[in-house]
Amino acid sequence: MTTRLGSIAVAVAALGLLVALPAFAREYSVALATKMLIFALFAMSLDLLLGYTGLASLGHAAYFGVAAYTVALLVVRAGVSSGLAFPAALAAAAVTGAVFAPLALRARGSYFLMITFALSQVVWSVAFGWRTLTNGDDGMPDVVRPNFGFSLDNTASFYYFTLAVVGVATVVLVAIVRSPFGRALRGIRESESRMQALGFDVWRYQYVAFVLSAAFAGVAGALYAYYNRFVGPEYLYVIQSAEALIMVILGGAGTLIGPAIGAGLIVFLEDFISSLTQHWVLVLGVIYVVVTLFAPRGLIGLVNDFRRRGAK
Amino acid sequence: MTALAVVDVSKNFGGVAALSGVSLTIAQGERRVLLGPNGAGKTTLFHTISGNVAPSAGRIVLFDTDITRLRPDRRARLGLARTFQITNLFPRLTVLDSVLLALDGAAGRGMRFLGSPAGDRDMDAQAHRLLERWGLAEVAPRIVRTLSYGEQRQLEIALALAGEPRLLLLDEPTAGLSAAETRRVVAMVHELPRDMTIVMIEHDMDVAFELADRIAVMHQGRLIAEGDQAAIRANQHVTDIYLGAE
Repeated sequence: MTTRLGSIAVAVAALGLLVALPAFAREYSVALATKMLIFALFAMSLDLLLGYTGLASLGHAAYFGVAAYTVALLVVRAGVSSGLAFPAALAAAAVTGAVFAPLALRARGSYFLMITFALSQVVWSVAFGWRTLTNGDDGMPDVVRPNFGFSLDNTASFYYFTLAVVGVATVVLVAIVRSPFGRALRGIRESESRMQALGFDVWRYQYVAFVLSAAFAGVAGALYAYYNRFVGPEYLYVIQSAEALIMVILGGAGTLIGPAIGAGLIVFLEDFISSLTQHWVLVLGVIYVVVTLFAPRGLIGLVNDFRRRGAK
Repeated sequence: MTALAVVDVSKNFGGVAALSGVSLTIAQGERRVLLGPNGAGKTTLFHTISGNVAPSAGRIVLFDTDITRLRPDRRARLGLARTFQITNLFPRLTVLDSVLLALDGAAGRGMRFLGSPAGDRDMDAQAHRLLERWGLAEVAPRIVRTLSYGEQRQLEIALALAGEPRLLLLDEPTAGLSAAETRRVVAMVHELPRDMTIVMIEHDMDVAFELADRIAVMHQGRLIAEGDQAAIRANQHVTDIYLGAE
């Protein structure tokens, strides 16, 4: 019970800090915190597949990027209002997931990983190659932020908008993983054959998890397009997918808080290290190796071990 | 009434015939034990009945439904439950969550996105009754992989029984258990409702003869003898290849 109260206290303190942040932090830090929130949602969406359902995807940037490009294409090319582009982006990511899922779910394990990777590279090559539509590797600037009667153009207001969207998405994700559906996903992660023997249509659950996961990644992707006021093919690239995987693994797969913390750390480190050296991806690789060797269950795993040892 | 009919089922793995024209008819409420040396095809036969392996030829009928082409989960929903020879549980879930999953699976109501899993009081009570009945109440909050091997085997059976199946397949339920644990499992099977049909692979002769109404003996993918205890004991062929080997 005390641990539960402790967790609630930590959560309330964290939320208070997040809400108060723009009051005391520099503008640059607020912008960085916005990016952390966006990637926290992206990592949590991937964890629905990786940590809860037991499916490791190396193509999650596809849904993130499709949503970002949907926003950009609708706003820049079609002149649709930026606010309306948001639900369209979410839908586009979910539909992409719904189309890719049956292909990827034919395989398991590293084969699933390879198929999701290949599918995301198809999307990337379209964004990269179709210059007349997407400007290719130049990307698309001038993605204006939505205006819901108040401007999101200053850093603090966009931070609060992101905090609200990510907050709502997180509440929904928490409800999903704690629901009977979420328990079924964990059962599938533990043993597909046992779940089938108990009467579960395993494929259907994996399919729904895949589409939900893509939709949440899409929310993050749309936010990121607004955040940068720009989209480019690197949003869809394998490095983006791999970064998300490392965020989840660093923080601790199979929890929601772990990937969120992992995402925050990676975004922070990327910002910090990129100011010192160009070899950020190399550093990312080293982080991955160290975590796999010394904290295979991520930072959350380490914290839990520490707490258990403290309790004894 | 026939609960299960296996009609001329064969299964080839590459060039190896794991099952060759096996036919079995099992009446409702019957307790049937499958005997046979290792590699006789007993587990493969179980896999074809539960849908984990598709037969190369032949048909499988559960009550009046031809289930030969159905997926395992569809068969489960028709009242077929099984345990696995190699313990197949949810190592990182709790015992209680495992049972709640079994109840959701049997009722086909796992696709619920709202509500706390433990908030359903009826279901929670049902799960606790089940655990109470099979002597697992005390370990309900434990993580499955921390249970003893014997407790895990009991949980296998409890999960299979959660949906009140019409046909229960038990694949070596007492393998690796101590004498005391074996007695507990035998008692569990004795307590099951008499109209539940049970097919069981069992190597322990005492258990087999105690629980079985009828026994079927397999050897090299074929069914070589069927009958009650006396008939099997008297069967020279069986004695030569199986009992004689002991």
